Amino acid sequence: MTYLPKPRVQHPALTTNAIGLTRRDYEGALTTLCAGCGHDSVTAAIVQAFWELSVPPHTVGKLSGIGCSSKTPAYFLREAHGFNSVHGRMPSVATGAGLANSALALIGVSGDGDSLSIGLGQFAHAIRRNVNLLYLLENNGVYGLTKGQFSASADRGSKSKKGESNEMEPIDPVLVALTLGATFVARSFSGDKAQLVPLIKAGLAHQGFAFIDIISPCVTFNDHEGSTKSYAYTREHQVEVVHADFIPRREAIEAEQPADALTSVVLHDGSTLRLRRVADDYDPADRDRAYAAIRERQQHGEVLTGLLHVATGARDMAGQQQLPEMPLYQVPYDVLCPGADALAQLQRRYR
Amino acid sequence: MPRTNVEHPDYYHKVVDCQWACPAHTNVPEYIRLIAQGRYSDAYMVNRESNVFPGILGRTCDRPCEPACRRTRVDGTPVAICRLKRVAADHKDDIRDRLPRVPATKNGRHIALIGAGPASLTVANDLMPLGYACTIFEQGPKPGGLMRINIPSFRLPEEVLDEEIGYITGMGVDMRYSTPVGSLRALLEGPETFDAVFVGTGAPKGRELALPGRYDSDQVFIGKEWLESIHFGHVTSVGRRVLIIGAGNTAMDCCRSARRLGATEVTVVERKTRRFIKASPWELEDAEEEQVVILENHYPVRYVVDHGRLVGVEFDTFTARDAGDDIVQEPVGRRIVPCDTVIVAIGQENAFPWIERDLGILFDQWDVPVVDRVTHMSTRAGVFFGGDAAFGPGNIIWSVAHGHQAAISIHQFCHGVPVTERPAPGFTLSSTKMGLHEWAYSNNYSPVARQKMTHVDLSARFTTMSIEVEQGFTAEQTRKEVERCLNCDVQTHFTDSLCIECDACIDICPTDCLTLVQETPLETLRSRLKAPAPDTEQALFTSNPLKQTGRIMVKDENICLHCGLCAERCPTYAWDMRKFVLQQPMAGMTFIPLEAVGR
Repeated sequence: MTYLPKPRVQHPALTTNAIGLTRRDYEGALTTLCAGCGHDSVTAAIVQAFWELSVPPHTVGKLSGIGCSSKTPAYFLREAHGFNSVHGRMPSVATGAGLANSALALIGVSGDGDSLSIGLGQFAHAIRRNVNLLYLLENNGVYGLTKGQFSASADRGSKSKKGESNEMEPIDPVLVALTLGATFVARSFSGDKAQLVPLIKAGLAHQGFAFIDIISPCVTFNDHEGSTKSYAYTREHQVEVVHADFIPRREAIEAEQPADALTSVVLHDGSTLRLRRVADDYDPADRDRAYAAIRERQQHGEVLTGLLHVATGARDMAGQQQLPEMPLYQVPYDVLCPGADALAQLQRRYR
Repeated sequence: MPRTNVEHPDYYHKVVDCQWACPAHTNVPEYIRLIAQGRYSDAYMVNRESNVFPGILGRTCDRPCEPACRRTRVDGTPVAICRLKRVAADHKDDIRDRLPRVPATKNGRHIALIGAGPASLTVANDLMPLGYACTIFEQGPKPGGLMRINIPSFRLPEEVLDEEIGYITGMGVDMRYSTPVGSLRALLEGPETFDAVFVGTGAPKGRELALPGRYDSDQVFIGKEWLESIHFGHVTSVGRRVLIIGAGNTAMDCCRSARRLGATEVTVVERKTRRFIKASPWELEDAEEEQVVILENHYPVRYVVDHGRLVGVEFDTFTARDAGDDIVQEPVGRRIVPCDTVIVAIGQENAFPWIERDLGILFDQWDVPVVDRVTHMSTRAGVFFGGDAAFGPGNIIWSVAHGHQAAISIHQFCHGVPVTERPAPGFTLSSTKMGLHEWAYSNNYSPVARQKMTHVDLSARFTTMSIEVEQGFTAEQTRKEVERCLNCDVQTHFTDSLCIECDACIDICPTDCLTLVQETPLETLRSRLKAPAPDTEQALFTSNPLKQTGRIMVKDENICLHCGLCAERCPTYAWDMRKFVLQQPMAGMTFIPLEAVGR
C-alpha cells in the first residue's frame, strides 16, 4: 500500500459553516511533505480559518513560488484558483491577479528561501505597494528541498544537522516588513493554532498587505539540538506579546468596555480585531516602538509572537492606483480598452 | 489525571467492539483479514478456537457483535460479520488434521455431560484434548440440542450441523443417545463414577398461554414443541390461516415454517408495537419477505372454538403512543382474528423435574438452580450448569461461552484448584509497520455499502422445508464486505516520550479523534476535544503530560477508522499501529501443581 488518500469519512458531529460546508470541504490534495512538517500544520490552520470565515472556496486565489512551503497551496482549498509561479516571483503574480480581479481573496504562501533569498526584492516591493494579499512565510531556517543548507533566516550560531554553525546574520522578515512600512505584521508558530488561526482570519480581512511570519519547523533537517527553529526551541523561547481575536462583522460584539489590556481595531469590512496585550509594555500600533521591542527581546533570545504591528487606514495598491470598485475583469471590454481613437487622442496629449 | 493503562488486557480489547461484545470473544478482525487473503481454513480455525461452531453460528448467531460494530457509527451499517463467518466455513478445506489432538493416555478423570447441545459439546471440545473421558447423555437420537430440533433446516442445513458436531464427537466422546437422565441422584450414585457433572439441558419448555378455549381444539400448539414435531416429521401440515402469538426469534421460525407447510396467511401478533418486537431485526425482515403479516397492539383474550374446531382468537386491541422508552396503550375494543391454527411462541422456561431437591443443589424462588455467573458451579461442588439451563434462554454463542468457562472450572475442580482462581486473560501487541507507508493490514478505508445476502426465490423456497434460504456471499460480495472491516484490533499505540507535539497526527486524522489539550478532569475533557465525545461508553485514551508543553494527547476511540494515517504522519513513531491479540483463558491454561496430577 502506498500513500492513502485521506478517507472522505468524517466525524458525524462535524458541523457546517454559514455556507453549509464542513471543514473537510476546505481541504486539498494529500500532502507530500515529510511526516511532521510544520507546513502541514499551517495548512490545517488555513483550512480552519477559511472554514470559520465561511469563505466560498472559489472566491480565493492561492499563490506560491518554489520550495517546500510553496507546495502547500495544493493541500488546501481544492476548489480555489491557484498559481504556482517561478522561484521568488509569487508577489508579482499576486499583484497581477489582484489587479485583474480585486474580488479574489488572495493568499500567498512562501518560505524563507523563496522570500528572503531569491525573492527578497519581490517581497519588498509587494510590501511597498501594499498589495491586498495575505502573505504567509513558512520559516524553517533551512533549504529543506535541497537537504538542509542554512537559509537566509537561519540565526547566527544555530547549528545544522551535521553540527556546523551558521556564521552569517539572519534576515528577519518581520523587521524587514516593519522597515518597509507593512501595515499588518505578525509572527506565529505552526505548533500554536490557537494563535495562528485568528491571525490568518485577521490577515484575510485586512485591507492591504498582511504579513505573517510562521516559524514552521523542518522536522527532517532542522529539529535537532542547536537548532533555533525546532519545535522544542520555539516552544521554549516563544513569547506572545499581543493576542489577536478576530470577530467577523456579523457576530455581535459584547458591549462591555475593553479592559486595559484590550484594544479593538475595526477593519475596513466592518469586522473587529480584538487585541489582548499579553506583555504590558507592548503597543502594536506604534511601529517604531514595536521594532525596538522586537530587536531588544531578540537580544535576550526571545521570539516575540502575536500581532506585532497593525495600522489601518493606509490605502492598498488598488486605492493608490485609483482603480474602480468593480474588478477589472468585469469592466466591459469597450470601457477597458476604448480603442485606437482613444489611444491616439491620449498620445496627442504628450506631443 | 492518570495515564490510560493500555497494559490492562481490557483496554485494547474494548476498542475491538465486536470481539468485546461477543460472549466467546471471537477475534473477528483477524478472521476477516484471513478471509480477505483467501485463507478460509485459517479463518475457520481462528473462529473455531473461540466459538467452536463457525458454520452453525455463521447462519444462526444472534450476532451481538454487529450492533457493536464500529462501522455502524461510521456509515450506519455494521460489517456483515456473521455471514463472513459462514464464508470461512463454506470455503475451507479439510481441517480435520488441525483439530486439537486427543492424547492416547487419559488423565483418569471422567465427566458426565447432560444434554448434547452447544454448551455440553463445547465442554467436551475443551476437555477431551486434556485427556478427560467425557460421556454425554442425550435424550434424543442425535446430538445438537436446540440447534438441531428447534432451528429449521431452511436456516441451518443438517450437513453443517453433522460436520461441526462430528469434529467434537469424533474426539472419542462417549455419546449415549436416547438416554434421558431421569434422576440426577441416580447418575451421581449410579454404577459409574463421575468426577464432575455438567448440566447443559437447555430451556426445554415452551411457555403456555392458557386462555379460555385452550384445550377445546387440537389446533393450538406451543412453538418450541411444534418446531420439534416438524423436525421429527410428526407435523407435516398446518391450517391455511396461521396465527403466531409472540414475536421473538422462535415466532419467526414458526411463521416461516408454517409457510413451508402450506399456510398461505400467516400473521404474527405482538402485544405492543413494532419496536418492542423481540426478534432480531434480520429475522423479522426475512419473515416479512415471506409475506408474514405483523399485527401490533393485540392482547389475546380467548381462543374461539366452534364445535371443537378452532375458528379464531379474540383480542383486545389498543392504540399506542410513544412515551420515552415505553409506550402508553389505550384500549380500542375487541376483535376476533379468524384462523385455523395458533402457535404460541411467547418464551421458554427451564424445568428440572429430574433433579432431586435434596442433593445440595439450591433452587431459587423461580425454581431454577443457583449458579455462579463466573464459575458456573451450582451450590453442590462438582455440579456445573451452562447454556440455557444455567441462566435461562439465551442463544448459541452464549452457550458456547458458558461451555468454555465451565470447562475451565471443571479442569480446576478435578485437580483441586479452587474454581474461583481463574487464569487471567493476556494479550500480545505487535507492530504492523512494514515500511514507510506500508502496514501489515489493509488500512485504506473502503466506502462500499454492506453487501446484501442473496435469497432463494420465494416460490422455490416454499417447496420443501430444507432448502436453505440464504445462498451465502459470492466471491465478489465477500471481496467487498471484508474491506468494510475497520481492523479495530490494529491499535493506535502511543509512546508519550517520543511525541514532539508537531500536530501532524491531529491534522491528518479524518475523523478528528485526536486532541492535544491541557490536563483537565475527565468530565470536562470530553467537551474540550477537537470533536465532542459525548458517548461515555467509548473510552478516551489519555497520555502522560508531554515533555514540550505539558499538554496531554487524548484519543477518542469512538469512531477511529484505524486507517493508520496518524502513525504514517508521525515523524517520531510516537504513534504506531499495533495488532492486539487477546489471549483468552481456556481450560488447560490453569497452573496445576504436579502433585495434583499425581506426579
